Amino acid sequence: MKQGLYTVIENKQIAERTYLLRLSGDTSETGRPGTFVNIRLDGFYLRRPISVCDSSNNTLTLIYKVVGAGTEALAATPVGVKLDLLTGLGNGYDITSLSKGSRPLLVGGGCGSPPLYLLAKTLIAAGVPVSVILGFNRRSEVFFEEEFRALGVDLTITTTDGSYGKRGFVTDAMGDVCYDCIFACGPEPMLRAVYEKSGDISGQFGFEERMACGFGVCMGCSCRTKYGPKRICRDGPVLSKEEIIW
Amino acid sequence: MVDTKVTLCGIELDNPVIPASGTFGYGHEFAELYDINILGTFSFKGTTQDPRFGNPTPRIAEVPGGMLNSVGLQNPGVRAVIEEELPRLSRVFKKPVMANISGFSPEEYESVAAELSECEQVGWIEVNISCPNVHGGGIAFGTDPDHAAEVVRRVRRATKKPLIIKLSPNVTDICEIATRCEAEGADALSLINTLVGMQIDLKTKKPVLANIVGGYSGPGIFPVALRMVYQVYKSVSIPIVGMGGVSSAEDVLKMMAAGATAVQVGSANLVNPYACRDIIADLPRVMEKYGVNSLRRFIGAAHG
Repeated sequence: MKQGLYTVIENKQIAERTYLLRLSGDTSETGRPGTFVNIRLDGFYLRRPISVCDSSNNTLTLIYKVVGAGTEALAATPVGVKLDLLTGLGNGYDITSLSKGSRPLLVGGGCGSPPLYLLAKTLIAAGVPVSVILGFNRRSEVFFEEEFRALGVDLTITTTDGSYGKRGFVTDAMGDVCYDCIFACGPEPMLRAVYEKSGDISGQFGFEERMACGFGVCMGCSCRTKYGPKRICRDGPVLSKEEIIW
Repeated sequence: MVDTKVTLCGIELDNPVIPASGTFGYGHEFAELYDINILGTFSFKGTTQDPRFGNPTPRIAEVPGGMLNSVGLQNPGVRAVIEEELPRLSRVFKKPVMANISGFSPEEYESVAAELSECEQVGWIEVNISCPNVHGGGIAFGTDPDHAAEVVRRVRRATKKPLIIKLSPNVTDICEIATRCEAEGADALSLINTLVGMQIDLKTKKPVLANIVGGYSGPGIFPVALRMVYQVYKSVSIPIVGMGGVSSAEDVLKMMAAGATAVQVGSANLVNPYACRDIIADLPRVMEKYGVNSLRRFIGAAHG
């Protein structure tokens, strides 16, 4: 974990209530896919935890959804402002066991999709072929389609109302893809559906929880696992399939 | 050169700054960030006889002036603390640590205190009779003078270590509980624990916390804490460890002026992991600014 100041170089709406924030600063701790940063905002006591979408050459990309007063204030933050971030939080996805022969499927739901971008980018760079399914409620929520395609992944978009891509949930598209491991991030009902749909196939699931510190000391975000209590912020946010208790 | 040293129950502290229980774990997360030996000491995570998972999530809510938590004393239990956490701590922390304990019966308090008293690393036993987040324990003892007295009596006979009783602000008269604890043999008092509060999400029209209520902490409670430290200082002759929303070296001085011998810093550690390091670094400057040469002599300065 590192604390540092990051300058806003871009902060724009890219979909319904969804914003892309590009920051300039130290990216030495932000390169592991599935980790997050915790952002301090003027006028708010607690930091806002947001997963890393992309990280390279001192440029950090985050995508966040406006869900309350804190993210509203973040959305109103202009270019040039310096933000206080804690970076390198959480365990991230473990991809050490993957090889060029692996067939990973990445499944993202809504604003759970961003960390899968850095994961896909990292896997593609390692020569691993990647399939991605991203699910949204409707066309106006879809984001980062072009960016994912530009990585060279096999991409399927689903919308629950059928207004874009394949109609239905992400799990409705999973049957069309050949895969031998799953990497998922999104709302808990989606994670659970993906968990069940993927049967015996191994997987890693990125969770979300309300937290205070983000670095493992307040015990605000604990969950039960088959290996005992874990902190989503530090032992997670990625849990392996076999340890999850729903 | 200003003197930041204070003495708490016979143990000298390099400075009065002590991270509060529940905001510092068992120390090792912060030891990765800075040398925690700069601290006066720290109070480790509230420990019970058996391992506890605590309350369901969400356990955290933001509120004006701070936050609510309803963690509910999650901890690995006293055996794991003695066998795993303390040996690990001894590699990075060379000072006596404050052992924060809790329980669901006077017997549990007594036995946890007895076990931790055997540990050389433990300098003080801080007894939490004021956790607002557990049912049938914690605060039930801290809001009733007779129950509080019974816990102090039991723990007193279990330990020769300095005994600090952590008081709840959720009472009509904190001085009554304070004087009872002193009469039963407490060596010091720490105050205040969190104030019971709640938050509602208008989108769901439901309480944010799964536990419905939680403990309010952060800068918003500082004036309440300061007032209670001031009042209790007038009522007892044992030292007071002041806490509640302390976020700066100025706050540390105010707490000490109100009567605190040492000062705990809680929620500030959660939003700025370097909060205690920064406060300790800033303390000499702030002391000089306000003409305070010795913290020892400054204790209770606000009283006539």
